[in-house]
Amino acid sequence: MGRFLAFIRKEFRHILRDRRTLLILFGMPVAQVLLFGFVLTNEIKNASIAVLDHSKDVETTALSNKLASSGYFHIDKNLASEQELEPAFRSGKIKLAVVFPPNFAENAGRDGAAVQLIGDASDPNTATTLINYANAIVLDFQREKAAASGANGGLFLINAETSMRYNPEQKGAFNFVPGVMTLILMLVSAMMTSITIAREKEMGTMEVLLVSPLRPLQIILGKTTPYLVLSMANAIVVVLLGIVVFGMPMRGSILLLAGECLLYMFVALSLGIFISTRAKDQMTAMFMSGLGLLMPTMLLSGFIFPRESMPKVLQYIGNIIPASWFNPIVKGIMIKGVGLEALWTHTIILGLMALVFLVLSLKNFKDRL
Amino acid sequence: MVISTEKLSKKFGAFTAVDAITFEVDQGEIFGFLGANGAGKTTALRMLTGLLTPSSGKASVAGYDVWKQPEMVKRRIGYMSQKFSLYEDLTIKENIRLFGGIYGLSSAQIKSKTNELLDKLGLHTEAEKLVGSLPLGWKQKLAFSVALIHEPKIVFLDEPTSGVDPITRRQFWELIYQAAQSGVTLMVTTHYMEEAEYCDRISMMVDGKIQALDTPGNLKKTFQAKDMDEVFRKLARGS
Repeated sequence: MGRFLAFIRKEFRHILRDRRTLLILFGMPVAQVLLFGFVLTNEIKNASIAVLDHSKDVETTALSNKLASSGYFHIDKNLASEQELEPAFRSGKIKLAVVFPPNFAENAGRDGAAVQLIGDASDPNTATTLINYANAIVLDFQREKAAASGANGGLFLINAETSMRYNPEQKGAFNFVPGVMTLILMLVSAMMTSITIAREKEMGTMEVLLVSPLRPLQIILGKTTPYLVLSMANAIVVVLLGIVVFGMPMRGSILLLAGECLLYMFVALSLGIFISTRAKDQMTAMFMSGLGLLMPTMLLSGFIFPRESMPKVLQYIGNIIPASWFNPIVKGIMIKGVGLEALWTHTIILGLMALVFLVLSLKNFKDRL
Repeated sequence: MVISTEKLSKKFGAFTAVDAITFEVDQGEIFGFLGANGAGKTTALRMLTGLLTPSSGKASVAGYDVWKQPEMVKRRIGYMSQKFSLYEDLTIKENIRLFGGIYGLSSAQIKSKTNELLDKLGLHTEAEKLVGSLPLGWKQKLAFSVALIHEPKIVFLDEPTSGVDPITRRQFWELIYQAAQSGVTLMVTTHYMEEAEYCDRISMMVDGKIQALDTPGNLKKTFQAKDMDEVFRKLARGS
């Protein structure tokens, strides 16, 4: 035990003395959360929209005002005719157009009024998000009105027509906080671990350790324990930033989330060890984990691009990426507040991944060094 | 006799790096492995320290079979690798404490060893400095002293003086003599022929085989050479 502790103390010293490592460990998560967060929220908050109102009645005015006062939209133009729609989009100023057909208030009270939401699909991510926001506001408006007119025995109906599907989870912060988490934990647990082990190989100190009475398993545990601790600290920072700065909910069990994070870290750590057994120096380790782990985690796990819209082949490839299974877990626990009963398939798959990679990397570690 | 090998061989695919070498080393001896780059010295050393498993043959170190009882062997040997063996981003003291800890020394033992070592090397004023900031010669001397911290029976040195200037090399060998006098057995690989003169016995390796094994004096007599360099050239030509 004393041997092991001496080794771990050394590992912490390496980390604390290397400014670059420290920056990646602590600067990166904060920078990423803030960057992703503010880039997304700013876009939404400053989105310019156009309104084409053929009714110009009490209800369309009220709905327009509700949209404008939501904080997400700013009505840039009031259009007079359909002909003005195209030029407005072309100018690039307008991200979304809201079209009210004639007799809106009348129809809403009878068999339903229509409202058209047209997004600028040249920027599909923004368009989807904006349409979802507008949709939510329209629905909210309808609910308020229905409740108010319900007392009078009447009804109030609005049919929002959009080309994009409604996804109630589609809110900026809700998407990127879990995404950043999958990325950061992969970065710290897998990339940093593979680099630090590769460094010992490159410097020649690994030989000295292997000649010493330390067992290979002790060396691996000694190298990974500090990163496990730091990964956990990072996970906490990301979740806290999400909640405090961006208003993410935390509806599920924190304990469950911590447990799932730990499981995901084990997968990432064993991947890191596996890479380090293959890479002979730090550079190779960095490229292998960067291209082999971080890129797929970012591009294929559904963090930036929705997996549903990917070609089938990429969806299959995405299935073998741990982040694809961890991402829904984080979203499920934080946003939906679900428990293990809804997440056990994901959990078992992650567990199997951890087991397979751990066995593989331990076997490789003995053979290769 | 603290090291003995019997037809020890290592093959990498079709290439035979070490070809059935058999030799014995006595306690307190400075045993040199000489040869050109790629002659198999380092491979032989790596097998004896347990870093490589041999393709065939036997070896015992400090009385234990290297592959059947590796834990017993590991506790009794020290090792200084071809590359630098200490951590450059740790201070001198921290490096000493780390390796003392890895070899299971108590903190009291580590403390007295640290003082003893700093005295010997005259490094008391530098104790809190990062090892990376030291000149190469000091680093090598420090690495050797750290390799001795757990009082091993045998120390393996893989080209310990490569890249070091002749004066420092000479000082380094003073440390090796001191260790040998206290009963430590040293096995050194080198490609500096003048260093061969400092060894008690030398094995000359060519293409994985031991071509000659004797004291420097006897080798010079046998090959009618004025120095080790000439012995080596005659040997290499002959094979």
